[in-house]
Amino acid sequence: MTASSSQNAAIEFDSVSLRLNGSLLLHDLIISVKQGETLVLLGRSGSGKTTTLKLINRLLLPTTGEVRVNARRTSEWDPILLRRSIGYVIQDGGLFPHFTVERNIALVPRIENWAQERIQARVRELMATVGLSEDLLSRYPSELSGGQRQRVGVARALAANPPILILDEAFGALDPITRSQMQKEFRALQQRLRKAVIFVTHDLREALLLGDRVALLERGRLVADLPVKEFSSSQDPLVRAYMEAFSGLPEAN
Amino acid sequence: MNFLQFMMANRQHIFELTLEHITLAGVATFLAALVGIPLGILITRMPKLSRPVLGSANIIQTIPSLALFGFLLPAPWIGDRAGRLAILALALYALLPLIRNTYAGIQAVDPAVVEAGRAMGLTDRQLLLQVELPLASGVIVAGVRIAAVLSIGLATIAAAIGAGGLGELIFRGLAMVNNDVILAGAVPAALLALCTDFLLGLLERRLGALRSGSLSLKS
Repeated sequence: MTASSSQNAAIEFDSVSLRLNGSLLLHDLIISVKQGETLVLLGRSGSGKTTTLKLINRLLLPTTGEVRVNARRTSEWDPILLRRSIGYVIQDGGLFPHFTVERNIALVPRIENWAQERIQARVRELMATVGLSEDLLSRYPSELSGGQRQRVGVARALAANPPILILDEAFGALDPITRSQMQKEFRALQQRLRKAVIFVTHDLREALLLGDRVALLERGRLVADLPVKEFSSSQDPLVRAYMEAFSGLPEAN
Repeated sequence: MNFLQFMMANRQHIFELTLEHITLAGVATFLAALVGIPLGILITRMPKLSRPVLGSANIIQTIPSLALFGFLLPAPWIGDRAGRLAILALALYALLPLIRNTYAGIQAVDPAVVEAGRAMGLTDRQLLLQVELPLASGVIVAGVRIAAVLSIGLATIAAAIGAGGLGELIFRGLAMVNNDVILAGAVPAALLALCTDFLLGLLERRLGALRSGSLSLKS
């Protein structure tokens, strides 16, 4: 519909609205993310960020408009196949507490019936990718630190090499030092892997660090969608309000 | 003749009655699990059914046991043999803890974990078998434990309709006004219940630890 809906967009929201139990959660969203691009979806709690992500992997379907993944409407996708082609990282990892690190990472390859040797090789490769020692493979999530759990969560999302990655407050539960380290590593990882990434956060600094573009969501409406450089100099009052809220912090002085 | 002498003199008979007792309670618990656990799973999938199903199981539990035996007596095939009848009645009583614990156990699984599984592309079946049931297994076994102990206790009453078991000694002792005979039935029945409770409790704690991941099934 829009002129921007190009052929090579991996994820596209075409005038998407979502109404759930009578309340309008998302209103006329237009978003497009190309392969290799990182879009940060910024907004405060309850602005509809997580809901937007759920539309991508068809945990929800739009009320009006359409969401397209690889040029195909999510309503036309087999939800299981769609989800297996999208890596999903959530806060604190969302790991299965009764699975070892190895089984957690191997989750999708296993249900996709990969050969045992291939799974083992892939898991070890991913442990190196996310900077974890192989000694941890037989541990359970409760035996890991928060940072380690988050790394396992990233490795699990990458396991079957999905073209798309969505992250929901992925580093939100980490202490500031670990978070900053994870952010840097994630940026380096994305420069290498070139996935289509949507990263949800309420942290402006994280948004400016990780995004190619930053989209600001406010009460279910997209109020800005700008390249990261233009975002910080935008005169939009809502963007300014967000910028000022963060510049007021003592450590920014 | 005191209690211990009576036990020794009749050990063969008491042993047979104990086996009979274990069979009654064991088969009843097994049948109840066969029906109750799937029913418990079903009502997590169809929440509308949860009230009527749990309500019905609740009502069954409120029927006095002797009355339930009586109600089932005219049933075809079932009523032909006292053993069958007793097993059916015991199984009906055991249903409630099994349905309720299966339901509660699955409901208590962290929704974030379930949603993560769904978002990774697990099918409903994979989600149930690989995530929900393993994480609920501790609570489900707790239900089996309650059901088994309940069945062992209630099975003593099955002797009233001639189904055998240790209750036979209790009823005979009552008729003879002989405490030694009553105890010869009651003490083994109580020990049986305690042992079952203890063993299933061990299993329950082992499975419950799965939830936190501090213990694996293999170890």
